[in-house]
Amino acid sequence: MRLIDLTIKELWHRKSQLTSGLLAITLGIGVIVGIRTISVVSEKAVAVNLDNLGANILVLPQATSVDNYYSADIDAPTFPESYVEKIVTSTLPGVDNMSPKLTRRVKIGTENIVLTGILPKSEIASKPIWQQNGIQANKVNASCAPKPGTAPAKYLDPKLQRKGIQDLAESDCFVGSAVAQRLNLKEQGTLTIEKKSFSIVKVLPETGTVDDDRVFANLHTVQKLLGTGEQISAIEIMGCCSAISDGLLSKMRNILPDTRITTIGQIVATQIETNRMMNKISLVFLIIILFVGSISIGNYIWANVNERRKEIGILRMIGYHKRHIYYILVLKALIMGIVGGIAGYIVGTLAAVWLGPQFIGIAVSPIYTLLLLSIGLSIFISVLGSLIPAYMAGKIEPFSNMQED
Amino acid sequence: MLIQINNLTKTYQRHDGAINAVDNLSLDIPKGSYVTITGASGSGKTTLLLILGGLLQPTSGKMKYNAKELDLQKEKDMATFRSNHVGFVMQSFALIPYLTALENISIALNVKENDKDKNRKRALELLEWVGLSDRTTHYPKELSAGQQQRVAIARALANNPDLLLADEPTGNLDPSLSEEILGILKEINQKQGTTVVMVTHSPMAAEYGNTKIQLKNGKLQIIKN
Repeated sequence: MRLIDLTIKELWHRKSQLTSGLLAITLGIGVIVGIRTISVVSEKAVAVNLDNLGANILVLPQATSVDNYYSADIDAPTFPESYVEKIVTSTLPGVDNMSPKLTRRVKIGTENIVLTGILPKSEIASKPIWQQNGIQANKVNASCAPKPGTAPAKYLDPKLQRKGIQDLAESDCFVGSAVAQRLNLKEQGTLTIEKKSFSIVKVLPETGTVDDDRVFANLHTVQKLLGTGEQISAIEIMGCCSAISDGLLSKMRNILPDTRITTIGQIVATQIETNRMMNKISLVFLIIILFVGSISIGNYIWANVNERRKEIGILRMIGYHKRHIYYILVLKALIMGIVGGIAGYIVGTLAAVWLGPQFIGIAVSPIYTLLLLSIGLSIFISVLGSLIPAYMAGKIEPFSNMQED
Repeated sequence: MLIQINNLTKTYQRHDGAINAVDNLSLDIPKGSYVTITGASGSGKTTLLLILGGLLQPTSGKMKYNAKELDLQKEKDMATFRSNHVGFVMQSFALIPYLTALENISIALNVKENDKDKNRKRALELLEWVGLSDRTTHYPKELSAGQQQRVAIARALANNPDLLLADEPTGNLDPSLSEEILGILKEINQKQGTTVVMVTHSPMAAEYGNTKIQLKNGKLQIIKN
């Protein structure tokens, strides 16, 4: 029987102590991993948004929260669809493309999905008044044209561009990649939402945003399905950069005074601020967990040493040196550190994957490199906490076992 | 001579002043002898046993083992001395509760030898010798008091010690089991030539020794050969 076997047997022998000790490390590491995972994914999402989306404009009801561009419309309050006409008929220059939307969370079986009603280009184009004064006319407005000698703005990642959908029949839908995967949906298949059957026209490529969790259907079908009447929750506008800098937003605010009109840049700035805050929080947590975790493990090992005084005395009596006692206790802390690090990574990652979409509206995927960091940090905390109790255990006299219970 | 002690003193500081548990004691213990130490509670017999086994550092005095002087203040040397030369049998058996009978012996063997298979074989031999070959996977709480003490004796013999120290080995046993354990210790002394030093309150147990020592207030009172 080697000392490592003895250590493992002792750990197993005191399961309740082991559980409480492990829980402390697991939760500590879990919190750090959770915050870090969401923060890293969120930073990436912001970077992608900034790279790809340029100067999009979002028209939302006044009371809407705009923490995240991609999820701002989900379950937002609504405003009349006629606002689209107000923008179109205003002949504002720089409104390049427009997409009114109504978005709500719905359940398909046990899965939560985001149902978004959109108006296809063909329907917008079919309205004569819009054709005369609106988008179609403004498309050729000089303010949108690239200046001579400059390349037109392009999306770095074309799959992230929210392109206008040309046609979308009343019973057709597009599904995001994550929804398709979760519900095992294929193109040309069918999908039933709220007792209405939709034909799946296309499974959209993965974007890494909440759009992957969306099902896009015709706006008017969604309005009927949800019983909202002619209401929408957002209008997304592809505005020209130069027009925005020329005061397009303030002009639009004059037309729609009871709405919130913002650009992706403003929303992203909020998100960057949130990310900065999360980074600071994770640093504060890291410092707290380093202290609290080490003290907690130290306390646990110290209680363990006191409980094992007799046992340590026996080992010393049969010839084990002080260094063997240090080894046993530090090895125990090391094992707990490894197990706690792995468990903490799993708990933190699961929490981030589950809570990320709920709270900040981004799809979070595991960051595998954090596993090694979790284990490393967990071992550091555990071993650091065990050093003083191990040193004190070395001072236990070898005749401690002679004291009768 | 296996052990020679000269002018050994162990002083404990108490709130009401210093007390000499062992007081300027000199004693020779020949190889292969069976020494029993008796005396009233607080006479210093257990303290003397602890010093002989390198478990407790004396305040002053010298001790030679096989004519070689031991540095009793050097903790590291005393741990090596214990693992190489001394086996202990305690009144409370001193077994590790979450290890089986076999593992309790193997853990003692592991101090000197890392070979798992070799240690297992030796542990099985010892358990067979004390008549517990059918209890190898039993935990201490699953064994009777007499069986636990036999496991403790097997562990004490694990590293072939020259000196076996027993502190009230029958203190927790009934008379018939006591005789059984004392018989095993006698057999170890006679057949293997191991020097046995036993502390006891029991006059019956003391009779097993070929040298009988009585202590009073940390001093040798009577030696009978």
